[in-house]
Amino acid sequence: MNIVLPLVVLGGLGLVFGGLLSFAAQRFAVEEDERVEIVADLLPGANCGACGYPGCIGAAEKIVSGEIPVDACTVGGKVVSDRICEILGLEPVAADAKKIPTVFCLGTKDVTVDKFEYQGVPDCNAALMYSGGFKACEYGCLGLGTCVEACPFEALQMGENGLPVVDEERCTGCGICANACPRGIIRMMDVDYSGCMVLCNSKDRGGTTRRACKVGCTGCKACIKACPNEAVVVEDYLAYIDPAKCDGCGECVEACRRDIIKTAVKVAV
Amino acid sequence: MSLLAIIFVAILADNIVFNQFLGICPYLGVSKRLETSLGMGIAVIFVMALSAIVTWVVYNFLLIPFDLGYLRTIAFILIIAGLVQLVETILKKTNPTLFRALGIYLPLITTNCAILGVAILNVQAEHNIIETIVYAIAVAIGFTIALIIMAGIRERLELADLSSHLRGAAVSLVTAGILSLAFMGFKGIMTL
Repeated sequence: MNIVLPLVVLGGLGLVFGGLLSFAAQRFAVEEDERVEIVADLLPGANCGACGYPGCIGAAEKIVSGEIPVDACTVGGKVVSDRICEILGLEPVAADAKKIPTVFCLGTKDVTVDKFEYQGVPDCNAALMYSGGFKACEYGCLGLGTCVEACPFEALQMGENGLPVVDEERCTGCGICANACPRGIIRMMDVDYSGCMVLCNSKDRGGTTRRACKVGCTGCKACIKACPNEAVVVEDYLAYIDPAKCDGCGECVEACRRDIIKTAVKVAV
Repeated sequence: MSLLAIIFVAILADNIVFNQFLGICPYLGVSKRLETSLGMGIAVIFVMALSAIVTWVVYNFLLIPFDLGYLRTIAFILIIAGLVQLVETILKKTNPTLFRALGIYLPLITTNCAILGVAILNVQAEHNIIETIVYAIAVAIGFTIALIIMAGIRERLELADLSSHLRGAAVSLVTAGILSLAFMGFKGIMTL
């Protein structure tokens, strides 16, 4: 059998394709900004999508081209944005302080009333589709863990009592859980905020709230009277404390008849 | 043989995934979400048609005249790998939108057995060039349909209340088996 012919044919094929490839690589070369790769390396690399772009590479491209600010990555925060500024030769920007999610509901399983027993898909969005959720309170946490599923960093866990617990060590402050919660119970608070918060989301009238939950805000306004800084407002039977005005004196915590105003330090426990 | 028969057999009766068990790994790997499976399907249609044409030409005008038919497997691998790389380079420059849409799927299917399988099946069945193109595209459409059916089912399975033993890979394999069994029903209708 002639061994030369197969060698020539196969070798020739390889040569033709090799030639074509190297020709194409030169003819169709795409100029890529090498800074994109460097910036992408600086970013956390979790591809969480909190910035709104497809993965860290997508965000890096937009940052280098200047379409989005250097501090667009909420996860990386100031540390990352400073180093990106170094690479791109920009002045470092003052990024916002790190934020962590806070669950604005204290409605554990033993203090809330259920309208009916729910045995469907264990997901808050699915439960809401069925006559507005199984809890008598239309504003409280359903405890099915849509936020826990959404967290790309496994920083949330569903507690025994039916409320999500934040692991601050793991939390990067990306805010995906806050967006995932269909009832908007999770709000992002500055990590160094030490003032008071009303941990309730119920806009029902006092009587309705009282029937649905033992720890719901009834809008009694006792906190307004107690606050020396005029930081509290009551709207739709729900008290709200303005973080900018609150100095964390704790008068409202003492005054609250339902014991649902907490200082930030207490919540972290 | 009529082209319609080829299309029917390639898509349903001899579906490449369900009845020939080629291209199983992207079938299970890329079928988690409908969107990605559609992207993969389109990339496969594109590459399968292109590689079938080129391999057919090389086989009939280079390997057969020199009596080198036994070299086809290694030659086809070379051609497909080179071709996909070439297409990727050209697309990146000329059509970045399409490049991004096909994205990671192009290099993924370079070494896919379904692509090589179709090239070899084509020369085995002694198709002419028209039949080759039609067969390749029809097989790729069959593959896409398989992927989309699987992705649709798996998206719903994600939410299903299953015991922990069944979750993930286990229930996917069971589903794949049942689907394949269902498609076996087409097999008796017509063969090539």
